[in-house]
Amino acid sequence: MSAAGHVAGAPAPSRAFKLRRAVSRQAWTLGVVAILVVLLIIEANVAPLFTSFDVQSLVISGMPLAFAAMAQSVVVLSRGIDLSVGSVMALTNVIAAQLMQDQKTLGSALLISALVLVIGVAIGTLNGLAVVFSRVPDIVVTLALSFVWAGVALIVLPTPGGGSPTSFQELSTASDLWEWIPNGLLILAGVYLVVWVPLRSRRIGLAMYAVGSDATAAGLSGVQVGRTRILAYTFGGLFAAFGGLALTSTTGIGSPLSGEFYTLTSVAAVVIGGVSLAGGKGGLLGPIIAAFILSAAVTVLVFAGVDANYGQVIQGALIVLMVMFGGLLLRRRG
Amino acid sequence: MSLLNVQNLAKRYGSVIALRSADLTVEPGEIHALLGANGAGKSTLVKILTGVIGPDSGTITLAGKPLAVGSPAGARLAGLASVFQDPALVPDLTVRENMKLTGTSMDGVESSLRGMDLSVDPDELVGDLPLAMLRMIDLSRALSHDPQLLLLDEITAALPSDLAERVLTVARELRDRGRSVLFVSHRLAEVTLLCDRATVLRDGGAVGTLKPSAGGEERIVELMMGESQDAIADEIAQAEETAHAEEGDAGRPADGDAGPPALKVSGLRLTEGSPDGVDFEVRSGEIVGVAALDAQGQEELFNLLAGLQRIRDGHVERLGKPIRPRDPYDAIKEGMVLVPSDRLLALLPDRPIRENIAAPLYSHIKRWGPFNARREAGKVDDAIARLQIDTRARRQARRLSGGNQQKLTIARWLAAGFDVLLCFDPTRGIDVGTKRQIYALLRELAGAGAAVLLFTSELTEIQLVCDRVVVLHDGRISDRLPGSEANEARLLRSAHGLVEAGAVP
Repeated sequence: MSAAGHVAGAPAPSRAFKLRRAVSRQAWTLGVVAILVVLLIIEANVAPLFTSFDVQSLVISGMPLAFAAMAQSVVVLSRGIDLSVGSVMALTNVIAAQLMQDQKTLGSALLISALVLVIGVAIGTLNGLAVVFSRVPDIVVTLALSFVWAGVALIVLPTPGGGSPTSFQELSTASDLWEWIPNGLLILAGVYLVVWVPLRSRRIGLAMYAVGSDATAAGLSGVQVGRTRILAYTFGGLFAAFGGLALTSTTGIGSPLSGEFYTLTSVAAVVIGGVSLAGGKGGLLGPIIAAFILSAAVTVLVFAGVDANYGQVIQGALIVLMVMFGGLLLRRRG
Repeated sequence: MSLLNVQNLAKRYGSVIALRSADLTVEPGEIHALLGANGAGKSTLVKILTGVIGPDSGTITLAGKPLAVGSPAGARLAGLASVFQDPALVPDLTVRENMKLTGTSMDGVESSLRGMDLSVDPDELVGDLPLAMLRMIDLSRALSHDPQLLLLDEITAALPSDLAERVLTVARELRDRGRSVLFVSHRLAEVTLLCDRATVLRDGGAVGTLKPSAGGEERIVELMMGESQDAIADEIAQAEETAHAEEGDAGRPADGDAGPPALKVSGLRLTEGSPDGVDFEVRSGEIVGVAALDAQGQEELFNLLAGLQRIRDGHVERLGKPIRPRDPYDAIKEGMVLVPSDRLLALLPDRPIRENIAAPLYSHIKRWGPFNARREAGKVDDAIARLQIDTRARRQARRLSGGNQQKLTIARWLAAGFDVLLCFDPTRGIDVGTKRQIYALLRELAGAGAAVLLFTSELTEIQLVCDRVVVLHDGRISDRLPGSEANEARLLRSAHGLVEAGAVP
């Protein structure tokens, strides 16, 4: 039996116990941080010349995936899955590139970005409504909707094109604060801190965890289960739209097929990041870091001279191994 | 004016009528019991009152106002708070986060817990806390909303007796403050002790409201059953006679029975902390009872034997042959089968009755090919008939009543065949009538030569069915005694560790 549930008079848990418990609850996240650090050290050794530029390119390549991982995580936490993440990213990517191509100023680009985020929220909400009201399994509904959003993306922009102001591209590609801290990382941290952190400790965020953890208990606690699930998809749409904007910013253009890679890779990031596919367990930080692990792994394999096709095989094997060892370690402790 | 007034409440699920026309009134300042056999409509009525489901027709008023609850939260706002048998707490959130989720102040909950001599670390994850503690937290949460009517649904089931006692005290304190309690329970002894009035449901309607008095259990049971019932002991004796008549020889084993025991456990360590293991044996044809308070190692004992947990220290022998089941499949191959207390865990809830019973028949690879459909169907039908399973909802095991689900978990082993039956609290949350049937069946099975190991949280019932009893306390056997001496007082003493082990062989 656990250490809790004592009768009054039993000593309160010590500070050391609380610290140990906090560390053990974040063990998975700390683990992925360690893996990322190890990868970066390896990269620094195999790369011909490791400079701030390498960090910058890691952030540029990892940023869209990090947003995709956030989008997938909020949905998975509330025990859903969203197979339309990539398509929504592609759609928001082409909308942004289409609207921004004749814009010159950062201000107008940001205004358009706001509009794109609203579109993302609307699409996410639609996804959620479709999942909850159709009562068809989420995996089927979001797979079907992924075709819809991918089709709309092709209607908006049939071939890669569009554009965006240089100042908007520098939001992700430059490093204004310090050469080792790219702007993209700041934006990612900003979204995490402004959107997720407050949400997580408020009732809506708790409700998402509750629904994912035990929907019956959540319902009996007064949580509106259906509404909460829809809201999780809404936030998924918001993060996917951030991902679409990140694509526009990092590539400078819109590409209707840019999303394909992100749907399943976001699921991989979620799993590596310690979010349980059964819902209720984990957070957003782990998947964000996992997104950079997946991006860094590609770079390391390239630098190490591994054939790109073998690289994929190795990457896939690494995903299974990481999750397996993580699970084994947690089980041994628990 | 009555506090709660329920009139002509009806609810049907498809063709199954759950509530026909239920009436219930609860006065201010009273503790009112809601009783009924399984399938009488009790849980449906509770679900409607708490807003989990809506009624088809009928009216509910609370304190003179019509109660139109669409959700449990709505019910709480209207002044009706509930504590369910399965605590409405989210396992992956901490206690504090759970309270925040429902807009409850953690301070209120903590002070209410202190009132019951309990405390909890608010930052502990709910999933890491024992069930008993969760019930108490759930109760404290309900109390902190200061409801006019508190609904307690089987709250004392599987609670250790000291905590159950504290719950009863809380109910009395509420009554003293003019609040009311609706007490749903199978424990008639508690009802007669605690409640001012009791409403008995049968077949979806109220059959009567009475004032329970000490020793009035039999009258309540009569109302529940609709007919005067033989004493449970008679029925069991009868079952045994039948078994004897059918099987001829195998009966209760004589002392000094030859041959190795059907199941022998030696030095089996139940919990990691305990210094030594448990030793006991079960012979063919006998029922050995396991009595224990909450979480004394009984779950581990049954899990180890059934192959759900790996054996670390100690030995298990089947007919003199050492075995070490790695998973349930191993245990089942050895003829050791488990009937768990959580029925839905053992069943395939969305599959039909027949498939549920037939499932173990197909477990061996040899059976994956063509099979003798008629013979297997015969086995399944025999099991259904023998246990008198209500097959009206045969398409989905989930839709059966709790008692019928439990019969189903036993029926599958009747069809598949077994030597050692491990029954873990098979009658938890089951009505008196079905309980009697199950106990009679266990005696019958033992009479036919099975070895039965039975844990039950109902101490009073051990005496009625068990040949011998071992009492667990803190992962060790604190007492062994013949069934005839296993009265509640003795069991309670040993379960609290007050008798030294080894007194009786």
